[in-house]
Amino acid sequence: MYDIENYYNAKSVEEAAALLKEHPDTRIISGGSDVLIKIREGKMAGTSLVCIRDIKEIQGVSKKDNGDIYIGAGTTFSHITNDPIIQECIPVLGEAVDQVGGPQIRNIGTIGGNICNGAVSADSAPTVFSLNALLRIEDGNGGRTVPVKEFYLGPGRVDLKRGEILTHVIIPAEEYQGYRGHYIKYSMRKAMDIATLSCSVVSRVNMEKNILEDVRITFGVAAPVPFRCEKTEAALKGMSVSEELYQTIEESVRQEISPRDSWRASREFRLQIGGEIAKRALIRTVELAGGDRQ
Amino acid sequence: MVGKSIPRVDAYEKVTGRAKFTDDLILDRCLVAKILHSTIGNGIVTSIDTSEAEALPGVVKVVTFQDVPDHCYPTPGHPWSVEPAHQDIADRNILTGRIRYYGDDIAAVVAEDEVTASRALKLIKVEYEEYPVEIHPRKSMYGSNPPIHFDKKDNVLARSNFFIGDVDKGLEESETVVKRSYKTPIVQHCHIENPISFAYMEKGRVVVVTSTQIPHIVRRVIGQALGIPWGRVRVIKPYIGGGFGNKQDVLYEPLNAFLTMQVGGRPVKLDISREETFRNTRTRHSIEYDLTAGVDKDGRLVAKEMNAYSNQGAYASHGHAIAANGLTAWRLQYACPNIRGEAYTIYTNSPTAGAMRAYGIPQAAFAIECFMDDIAKEIHMDPLEFRKKNLIHGYYEDAYLKPIAANTNGIFECLEKGAEYIHWDEKRKEYADQTGDIRRGVGVSVFSYKTGVWPISLEIAGCRLSLNQDGSVQMQIGATEIGQGADTVFSQMAAETLHMDVENIHIVTVQDTDVTPFDTGAYASRQSFVTGTAVKQCAELLYDKILAYAKTLLPEQETRELSMDHGWIYAGDEEAISLEAVAQEAYYSLSNSSVLTAEVSTQVKKNTLASGCCFAEVEVDMKLGTIKILHIINVHDSGKLLNPQLAEMQVHGGMSMGMGYGISEQIVLDEKTGRMLNGNLLDYKLMTALDTPDIKADFVELDDPEGPYGNKALGEPPAIPGAPAIRNAVLHATGVAFNENPLTPQKLIDGFKKAGLI
Repeated sequence: MYDIENYYNAKSVEEAAALLKEHPDTRIISGGSDVLIKIREGKMAGTSLVCIRDIKEIQGVSKKDNGDIYIGAGTTFSHITNDPIIQECIPVLGEAVDQVGGPQIRNIGTIGGNICNGAVSADSAPTVFSLNALLRIEDGNGGRTVPVKEFYLGPGRVDLKRGEILTHVIIPAEEYQGYRGHYIKYSMRKAMDIATLSCSVVSRVNMEKNILEDVRITFGVAAPVPFRCEKTEAALKGMSVSEELYQTIEESVRQEISPRDSWRASREFRLQIGGEIAKRALIRTVELAGGDRQ
Repeated sequence: MVGKSIPRVDAYEKVTGRAKFTDDLILDRCLVAKILHSTIGNGIVTSIDTSEAEALPGVVKVVTFQDVPDHCYPTPGHPWSVEPAHQDIADRNILTGRIRYYGDDIAAVVAEDEVTASRALKLIKVEYEEYPVEIHPRKSMYGSNPPIHFDKKDNVLARSNFFIGDVDKGLEESETVVKRSYKTPIVQHCHIENPISFAYMEKGRVVVVTSTQIPHIVRRVIGQALGIPWGRVRVIKPYIGGGFGNKQDVLYEPLNAFLTMQVGGRPVKLDISREETFRNTRTRHSIEYDLTAGVDKDGRLVAKEMNAYSNQGAYASHGHAIAANGLTAWRLQYACPNIRGEAYTIYTNSPTAGAMRAYGIPQAAFAIECFMDDIAKEIHMDPLEFRKKNLIHGYYEDAYLKPIAANTNGIFECLEKGAEYIHWDEKRKEYADQTGDIRRGVGVSVFSYKTGVWPISLEIAGCRLSLNQDGSVQMQIGATEIGQGADTVFSQMAAETLHMDVENIHIVTVQDTDVTPFDTGAYASRQSFVTGTAVKQCAELLYDKILAYAKTLLPEQETRELSMDHGWIYAGDEEAISLEAVAQEAYYSLSNSSVLTAEVSTQVKKNTLASGCCFAEVEVDMKLGTIKILHIINVHDSGKLLNPQLAEMQVHGGMSMGMGYGISEQIVLDEKTGRMLNGNLLDYKLMTALDTPDIKADFVELDDPEGPYGNKALGEPPAIPGAPAIRNAVLHATGVAFNENPLTPQKLIDGFKKAGLI
């Protein structure tokens, strides 16, 4: 039995925004795989909820004429993984969210919830960062579009004001076309787990496949918010594809990330794993590019 | 019937959801109870204010430690002893103001619903005086001020030792002496169904329906805890969702019984959460071992010594029985003329440790079997060859506890099967001296295990059979089905001895202490052996009674010998009368009716050792610190199999536990507060299906003369040998000896860095 005071079911973004403003004690719930856990733990006990699960306009994936991909915030992980647009254009995102929890969670959990929950371990976050995604936020009267990097404020805190709703995750065409990505989730078991450390690498090589033209490296659980390794990215850009490249990413990442010591894993352990998974992810993206000779 | 893989007798009920578990039986308008747990790890409650909680609408009753009986009671699922010296330690109150671990039970709320009960808990105000927390047994054993329990000044619950031969002299005469230390973690059972009960009063008696392995013991302990006559307590045990030893302890049933009595006998449900199950029920003891052994120039053990330190946690529960069981294991199976062992069980401010599948032997086997590999490595001998050189062939008996003996001993055949499956000889060579980031290895471990608890404790079992009008048989037993398949094999046993179809044995799965024959319950891999003996006796008795009665119906067959087979009474080899006709006469004959029933209460004074081994092949990713189990096999010497498919399932489940113990499962406590950091199924890394490799189970079926059907222990042993076999395989792969399980990525990375491998 969950300790929930009131429950409002919104049918549109406008209605949800109005309900949130009308009832300042409410929280948004969609899939519930984070919110219900917090209620059960007592952290949100007695809360009231505005449900956005029935809002059709924020569900599904579409590709605009200019190539931009719009992912509705209410789209479930399993939908994203199986969506043909995602599979064709940004398979790395479908693969990343396929590593969330287990099948039941992936059938109810949504990408919007994953981002708005603000957890640094969110499986979608590193890839969304590496794709330089934009977030569309609406409040019933209008809205704003922000880069995902600016949305995360701290552990569990995101830039969402009362009455605002994340409606879409936007992947601009220029951020994914010509790129390959790979996500490695390092966790203590292969399912039903959250990341001890995670890394998403998105890269582009030249026509000859021997120069790394562009690379974006984002870590989950290496800092209070998802962390882009900008120094390492800068150092790697333009390097030729070689053993030296892979040595450089491994060592440079270890210099750049600053994971913490906790009972779950030591800082030294996370540094070891961080360098290794960044290297393996980059190797994989280059392999993927090499395998695609259209 | 015995020896056939018939489907479980409860399979269809469980698969279709018709089987009733405790929560399916909750009475209408049942109140809900919740427990207030301490937020310190050691100290006393200096004040408690429940007034706001009591004022909350929907709250029916709030009770605190000040309201419960003053006297202490014991909790472990051991048979009671009539000798005070052998009685379990009584060190617990239903609620307490003397906090001994983080989360101790201070008060309880009874409310109309769960949300109200939860809200009321938050309104109770508690103030504490805190004492320093100590979670390490080897620090706690020098005492604390105040001690954790006032009558144990040094915090040592118990100490025991034994001596065989002259260890000092043996070590002096040895060619090589090896010393190592090992440590095992606190782990938990993780049965699917949390401990749940509901209690109510009926005709002045208290009734508790509970998810337990030991209904008759729960009845006794509720009587002891509440200070009421045991006959005024009735315990009912429906289907349960696993126990693995956690429910071989009396958990919150006394509190639940107390609560219903506090609310005028209204039904009260106490359904604890998974987090409470982790923190507040029982765990497997963490034990530290210092081992020393000497071997001669041929690699034969000359002398060996064990010193063990067992972390009991805050309350005695099963106490020293766990560490003592490991001491016994130290003197079994391997030939060695000089052996010494000493074990301490020590109170700390950790959660309470109790019984868990294989009762101290997974801990001891981890230490012993890692040690055997480490000795073999020290003297440059193949670890399998080292074991074969030192393991005892054939019959042997324990030097101290008669009649514990390996009446049959299949360990060498087990090793042969396992080595062949894993390709031991080829792979030991192939994987020697690897470099590289990915390395492979193979490892082995062995164990022996007692069947039941005799002569350490009482073994008694009960069975009742009665012939129905249609010639089928009604069966009641006191031992409990807890998912292991007990109801199925008991049905097979009765069918076997009565020469009937198993479909005609109707077993009553629910134990109700008002009507169920006395039996101490499901634990110690005892049931198929001890209860099985009772079932066999009872079935023989009924068989004889049926024939004797049939004889009265067949005066013309006076000179011929009668027998019964699948619904017919035979005179010689001719069908003389159907069993159904006999049964109808027995029920309804106007001249001579007497329903044919049999009931036995059987004490069993036997014990026989099962044994087995595990072989594992692993692949280690050196830079990610991960272990992939490529192949793993357990081979068991458990006597004749009663139901081979069920046996195989038992082994699979146990191997899963063994693998978790080896690589991922451990409870982590905060050093300063003693608070459990990972007491939930996300942070406690129970293996998932995706983490589990294909697992292989095999058997060596020797007909044990002591087992009622040639059988011996199988319930617990599968959980024993996995962890050390995996650890030894990692040793083979990497050359690094990890002496503390589980072999988590953190430990592997630390170890490989220390060894300069990464």
